Amino acid sequence: MFCERAMELVRELHRVDQGRLPAFNEDGLRQVLEEMKALYEQNQSDVNEAKSGGRSDLIPTIKFRHCSLLRNQRCTVAYLYDRLLRIRALRWECGSVLPSALRFHMSAEEMEWFNHYKKSLATYMRSLGGDEGLDITQDMKPPKSLYIEVRCLKDYGEFEVDDGTSVLLKKNSQHFLPRWKCEQLIRQGILEHVLS
Amino acid sequence: MSEAYFRVESGALGPEENFLSLDDILMSHEKLPVRTEIPMPRLGTFFLDRSGGAETDNAIPQGSKLELPLWLAKGLFDNKRRILSVELPKIYQEGWRTVFSADANVVDLHKMGPHFYGFGSQLLHFDSPENTDISQSLLQTFVGRFRRIMDSSQNAYNEDTSALVARLDEMERGLFQTGQKGLNDFQCWEKGQASQITASNLVQNYTKRKFTDMED
Repeated sequence: MFCERAMELVRELHRVDQGRLPAFNEDGLRQVLEEMKALYEQNQSDVNEAKSGGRSDLIPTIKFRHCSLLRNQRCTVAYLYDRLLRIRALRWECGSVLPSALRFHMSAEEMEWFNHYKKSLATYMRSLGGDEGLDITQDMKPPKSLYIEVRCLKDYGEFEVDDGTSVLLKKNSQHFLPRWKCEQLIRQGILEHVLS
Repeated sequence: MSEAYFRVESGALGPEENFLSLDDILMSHEKLPVRTEIPMPRLGTFFLDRSGGAETDNAIPQGSKLELPLWLAKGLFDNKRRILSVELPKIYQEGWRTVFSADANVVDLHKMGPHFYGFGSQLLHFDSPENTDISQSLLQTFVGRFRRIMDSSQNAYNEDTSALVARLDEMERGLFQTGQKGLNDFQCWEKGQASQITASNLVQNYTKRKFTDMED
């Protein structure tokens, strides 16, 4: 049956723990496109034969191949689209700088898309809240206080606070810091939000 | 699970599948029995044991009974049944429908083709005279099973749920998962952890692997 390779692409994404981005399957995609080309050419030739050679009995066969072409198209588009949804999620979860491991999982076009998305989001955020703009990727959970207690999970080094003083983020040290400065670091797993 | 990833949901329970839904693509890959109403030349390689051979231009003969995936059956079907006619898979026929009406809870819907409701709903496209009975059966089966799914998803906290979901079809599993999420979110709120900022799942997974990548 046709479209087996396309199904593998879909299964590959479906199998991965939801939300994570597997490596871009360039080979798989290329094979699907090759199958589509072969199907299309066979159909072209059969259509000509049906018209000029009076082989109207080829019509169901042409239809069969056409269904397979549409199916391949559907699988590839869904594959690419679902990957973009995952890449978009990365901006909201990891911030605007992606972990280097992830960049190797993306195709050049997907990287370009990510940069465009980042830019659109940044432009939008700047347009809100008057002169300073508004970072809507912050405060994903309703804040209860301006300052929070955090514990450092990994050595990070010097960290500058708003009034110019800096704090040394060493593993297991605890600090009382402004919420808006810590949120990113907590999401990245460097700090831990301690509830009193 | 990533909080910012919103996948395209299945539309299979409605009139049409969602084109971009990975779930629907997987569902429509499942097979159903069909009968060809006309020979199909040059496709004999797919069904070698039935192929007419070179004299028929390598055709699948008329009247062949085959198993085709739903997507293909849908594409080749028309209401005049010129290319193929479709048979109902056993679990949607009268015999099994009676079993479901007796006690819907005992059946292993995951074994009966994991997309029982989605696939059954899309089967209605083939204009079977049993369509009304099939749709009634799908609905009543779900109604019969729903209570147990809701109860178990709302009461299994921090437990191994594999026994509870083993005999659920994919749609029911999704429902169970949603119920679990609701339960977990509520418990989190009760403990006062609802405002606690947490590390992102995605980031944790990727930073764990950072060292191996650097060694390459």
